[in-house]
Amino acid sequence: MFHLHLFIEYFKQYIKTRMAYRWDFVTQFIMNFFYQGINLIFILVVFQHTSSLGGWNRYEVIFIYGYFLIPWAVFSAFFNLWDFNDRYVIKGELDRVLTRPVYSLVQVIMETMTPESLVGGLTGLVVMGYAAWKLDLSWDLIDILLLFLFTLGSVMIYGGIYIALTSISLYSDSKSDIQPIIYNIGNYGRYPVNIYHRVIQFALTWVLPFAFVGFYPASYLLDHDHWKWYAFLTPLVGILYLGFGLMCWNRGIRHYRGAGN
Amino acid sequence: MYKVYLEVIRIRFLMMLAYRVNYYSGIIIYSLNIGVYYFLWMAIYGNKGTLQGMTVMQMATYIAVSWMSRAFYFNNLDREIAQEIRDGTVAVQLIRPYHYLLVKAFQGLGEGLFRLFLFSVPGMIVVSFIFPIDLPGVSPVWAKFALSLLLGFIVNVEVNLLTGVLAFFILNNQGLIWAKRVIVDLLSGLTIPIVFYPDWMQKVLEFLPFQAISYLPSTVLVKGLAGSDFVHAILIQAVWCVLLWIPIQLIWLKARKTLIVQGG
Repeated sequence: MFHLHLFIEYFKQYIKTRMAYRWDFVTQFIMNFFYQGINLIFILVVFQHTSSLGGWNRYEVIFIYGYFLIPWAVFSAFFNLWDFNDRYVIKGELDRVLTRPVYSLVQVIMETMTPESLVGGLTGLVVMGYAAWKLDLSWDLIDILLLFLFTLGSVMIYGGIYIALTSISLYSDSKSDIQPIIYNIGNYGRYPVNIYHRVIQFALTWVLPFAFVGFYPASYLLDHDHWKWYAFLTPLVGILYLGFGLMCWNRGIRHYRGAGN
Repeated sequence: MYKVYLEVIRIRFLMMLAYRVNYYSGIIIYSLNIGVYYFLWMAIYGNKGTLQGMTVMQMATYIAVSWMSRAFYFNNLDREIAQEIRDGTVAVQLIRPYHYLLVKAFQGLGEGLFRLFLFSVPGMIVVSFIFPIDLPGVSPVWAKFALSLLLGFIVNVEVNLLTGVLAFFILNNQGLIWAKRVIVDLLSGLTIPIVFYPDWMQKVLEFLPFQAISYLPSTVLVKGLAGSDFVHAILIQAVWCVLLWIPIQLIWLKARKTLIVQGG
């Protein structure tokens, strides 16, 4: 209850700061749509020259991309740890956070959230819905529940991986470029993983499990039973990685010495 | 006078050298992008040997070459200009005895040359070990490619300058800069070679400068364009180099008069 109340207060402040630059806010919105549209163009153009991508037809690939957008949107709405190193460690904001009686990560998340990114999830649903309609997929209640559960799992995977990466900053205040690298690996998850080399498939499943933020769960919702067990693993992998991320964070906080300013 | 610009190239080159850690991660990121597009295109080809006049091998090479070329022509001149306009340092730049935009362009060249030698060339070697690609050996094709790549660089710099100087009129042009980057990546042929677009789209793209940035240089190398095909490609690029300078110069002249330094 306390955290919810805190969240609402942070949210109110956030809206105020964003509304000061309304036009900026609107352009960012449009840009978001635009960017997702660009990726769709790629899929559409490509399918003019082939009828299948590793055994998946045009609408199935679009469906997978649509699913991919949803956890990504939720994740990027609440985890904006991209400039954590600069803002919290080098500029020393983390010292302020640590003096307050709320879990440090919760504070950081609430200070950096961008709830408008959730719109991307809506885009994802529309894209997915369109593909499902074209594919004539039948949906019942259990599928919707599973979609919810899978999304939660996928978000936890993103969260775990990026929290672990951010924790590196707690040990060293020098900039590392590992986040953009991981982001680019994440993009592998939006296409059917069976098109990649076996080594990459293995890595995307068991090392950096980005196959679980797009392909596996989406393939189950597409009624492809081949990857069924992987799909069901999604929430489990999520819990595992989030747990690992939190562990890294807690150890990092204990180790944190401040940048000395 | 040209000595000033040579110095600008040198300084920027050295500046990049100081922050070279970024480049190791850069090579990884570009290799990752080449990887994702390589597997995607291989899946698209399936067991078809040729699509739109490009063989599988040419496609694989095209992906690698176009991404490594991007490392050379890509720069953030638009963002730098917008930043200098916003924080007011452009005022100081304007009283110095050089052409501000030319200095920017040469800074871009210094950055590009740095990446060409310390990023694209080693990156290309790494990539050629990982993916089966087919580069020409010692051959005049490389000289043709170099010329085409340089022209592509100039067109890209001009597109960036144009986006940047618009910040004189649109004070917060972040969105524009971002949109430009996405459009250039898509329409320059980096992610989809122009021949793969539907016919009507190809017709439209013929009248846009973007193909001159990536598609034409990469095609020159991958297909080994010769004779009139090569001359045609170079001419298109050269025409865009000239044409794009006109709006930049016009906007620049107007901008200097209407410049409002924000909190300089």
